[in-house]
Amino acid sequence: MANIQEKITTFLPEAVFEEGQYPTFTVPAEKLPALARMLHDDADLQFDNLAALVGNDWGDTLGVVYYLNSVKYNHWVILKAATADRENPILYSVSDVWANANFEEREVYDFFGIRFIGHPDMRRIFLRGDWAGYPLRKDYDTSRENNRVPTESEENNDKTISLSVNADGKIETKIIDIFDKDDYIINIGPQHPATHGVMHFRTALDGEIIKKIDVHCGYIHRGIEKLWEGMTYPQTLHMTDRLDYLSACQNRHALCMCIEEAMQVEVPQRAQYIRTMMDELMRINSHLLFFSTLAMDLGSVTALCYGFREREKVLDIFDETCGARMSLNYNTIGGVMADIHPNFQRRIKELIAIMPGALKEYHNLFSNNVIARNRMIGMGNLSLDDAIRYNMTGPSGRGSGWACDVRKRNPYAVYDKVEFDEVLYTEGDSYARYMVRMKEIEQSLHILEQLVDNIPEGDFAVKMKPIIKVPEGRYFKQVEASRGAFGIYLESRGEKNPYRLKVVSPGYSLVGAIDHLVKGSKIADLITIGASLDYVVPDIDR
Amino acid sequence: MQDNIFDFSIVTQWIDTFLRTYIPDWGALLIEFVLIGLALLLLYALIALALIYGERKICAFFQCRLGPNRVGPLGLFQSIADMLKILIKELIDIKHTDKFLFNLAPYLVILSSMLAFGCMPFGKGLQVLDFNIGVFFIMAVSSIGVLGILLAGWSSNNKYTLIGAMRSGAQMISYELSIGLSMLAVVVYAGTMQTSQLVDQQVTNGWFIFTGHIPMFIAFVIYLIAGTAETNRGPFDLPEAESELTAGYHTEYSGIHFGFYYLAEYLNMFIVAGIASLLFLGGWAPLHIGGWEAFNNIMDYIPSIIWFFGKTAVMMFIIMWFKWTFPRLRIDQLLHLEWKYLVPIGFVNLLLVVLMTIFKIHF
Repeated sequence: MANIQEKITTFLPEAVFEEGQYPTFTVPAEKLPALARMLHDDADLQFDNLAALVGNDWGDTLGVVYYLNSVKYNHWVILKAATADRENPILYSVSDVWANANFEEREVYDFFGIRFIGHPDMRRIFLRGDWAGYPLRKDYDTSRENNRVPTESEENNDKTISLSVNADGKIETKIIDIFDKDDYIINIGPQHPATHGVMHFRTALDGEIIKKIDVHCGYIHRGIEKLWEGMTYPQTLHMTDRLDYLSACQNRHALCMCIEEAMQVEVPQRAQYIRTMMDELMRINSHLLFFSTLAMDLGSVTALCYGFREREKVLDIFDETCGARMSLNYNTIGGVMADIHPNFQRRIKELIAIMPGALKEYHNLFSNNVIARNRMIGMGNLSLDDAIRYNMTGPSGRGSGWACDVRKRNPYAVYDKVEFDEVLYTEGDSYARYMVRMKEIEQSLHILEQLVDNIPEGDFAVKMKPIIKVPEGRYFKQVEASRGAFGIYLESRGEKNPYRLKVVSPGYSLVGAIDHLVKGSKIADLITIGASLDYVVPDIDR
Repeated sequence: MQDNIFDFSIVTQWIDTFLRTYIPDWGALLIEFVLIGLALLLLYALIALALIYGERKICAFFQCRLGPNRVGPLGLFQSIADMLKILIKELIDIKHTDKFLFNLAPYLVILSSMLAFGCMPFGKGLQVLDFNIGVFFIMAVSSIGVLGILLAGWSSNNKYTLIGAMRSGAQMISYELSIGLSMLAVVVYAGTMQTSQLVDQQVTNGWFIFTGHIPMFIAFVIYLIAGTAETNRGPFDLPEAESELTAGYHTEYSGIHFGFYYLAEYLNMFIVAGIASLLFLGGWAPLHIGGWEAFNNIMDYIPSIIWFFGKTAVMMFIIMWFKWTFPRLRIDQLLHLEWKYLVPIGFVNLLLVVLMTIFKIHF
């Protein structure tokens, strides 16, 4: 850690250091790109992964917090850059250093109005182009008159702007056309069977070959981060299940853990075991759905039904213990909501018993089918560098050989007590991403097998007060959700509701890379690649 | 040996003479035309209904489901209810389309499958169209269908339908080649294109797939693959790949116009299966095993119509089996399969059949 501080202060003496969860440096805005480049390139630091980029309104200033992580050394650093200009806030883009910053900075622009110099595509990403104001600013006018429900559909204008600084220090705005004039553009989505939700790809085609994809998100954006700012901490939990509904447990686990850590609450062992098992069940559930939908997208409807047959067993377990099949509402601050159902262990053992046979059946029916293999092998190649650059965590990153499993890198709950393999494939194609998930089902079953008979007796939760005040500070916690590292950024000012609570969702990075992945392949491959990335739209549109 | 098989022409002859004794010739003919037309249309609709029900049930069993089971016993009336529903649905008028072509396209598709349907040898003496270029005629009329699909895609003024239509055009024109080659193999082997003669030969000599041994079997497999592609069914359902193109060329159609495409798809499957049983499995010819006189006689007593429909049903089951097992191919893989594998194999196979026929090295 001393090394990081030394390097940064030598490179940039103006950087202000402060202690925290990770070493934090406040950096003058205009120096940030150079520092970012140095941190990325320096052989001893190698901050090659931008784990989170969080926009923030600190009252007098608007700014961004960057969470940087080194894949090789697994050390962290936080950078902060801010601007006092609230009328026309401008910062510098780091999207040329970390590719996932492209989408993240557009989100910051959308919600805080901060524009980034050097960003290639400075458009709103979630909200309509004609939206008035920037909703996550503290002084945002939430009245109905400010933004009336539009009665007309938005035209696709396919133009964007990019800011740059010219030789004499003035900021120039350049208007860029996203597509060529003669491009044959089709809209894949917002209503399309293969986009797995309400996602909109404006796709430029050359015959069957894709030239470019312009992603439009936000069709089901619910403004959860804004809603959170008006909620008490126990209330915030309920939103997490509505993000990625196939990682409902893990998402909530992350938020609970973040709050618990800030409050320094000791969670009982029994709750830790239950949480871990629930997370793994959720992962199996998610990967089974992945298998089913991928098979269906590739035209094999029978495989869909096979996947759902086993998924039903997992949902039955949820149903008994949580009383719900989708939005489980199970984790709570200090433990879990209720104790496990008496059938819980028996049903998990049944699941462990049937799954190996079922997986074999899937492989016979689909994975080893020559058509399925030809459709997936070599499609959507993602190199290891690109996976890190685009922050494609989870099974998608592991398909490219990136050992990014949070359960292994920064163990939480009882993951340090169980042994399991981190599934890695190095091919980086759709088939590798597919196989990673299929093998992860086996590993999840293996984890369950180790835990199912060893759940310790004791309380399932610590009693917490209904009104919780998290001590002032900035907290960041990651868990391994079904489709990647799911981060929770919590900034508290000691009040009963969070000052800023942000979700760093894995799906957002996955979609950010889709243009890079599908360029030059065919329409059918877009479907394959999209399915193999396994993004879930509510996770992207928070 | 053939005498045991009931000849349906006795019935048709009797109707013919009956009519001619009371009405002048032209009147009798007119009534016969109307009767035959009605019978064909009725059969067409009934087969489609049965197929839709059958496919839903079979698909359900493949997928560990039950399938329709609420409407009527075992859900038997489900497809009738669906038919009634589609009949009373509104035909949605879409702006900015080529109205004439848009409305014409479904009729072309249904026309082509109706014409091919008329050539089916349903049983001994039960055939509507039978002339000396029968097989050639079937080929010719069934290729009208692709015109309907191309027009549908083009006139809908929708980018998805256009892509679907282009795929369909490329696919059907390519695969017609393979179908043609495997049909040609049979024609060369039998020395005739007339459907009734093709069946007669198989009744006396045995099914072509047995007598023509390996080359005929290869032709049969090629025909089956190409035929599945020709009907736009999975794994070759790219023109309407629902996960890519929502519904492909018929995205914009509604009501009975969509129903026509739906109907034609099922009937085309029946026709492909029917031709397969005509060319390779003996049409309505009963199964005969050389030397087993008693067995052969018993087989002859099973009505020819059951033989034909039974064989066709088996073929259709295989085609459904394909669909509900395989994922979908990609367009380049599809064309790759046709032009790099099926067509060359088809040509070589045709050569083999020619040699086999010349030197009479067959059963």
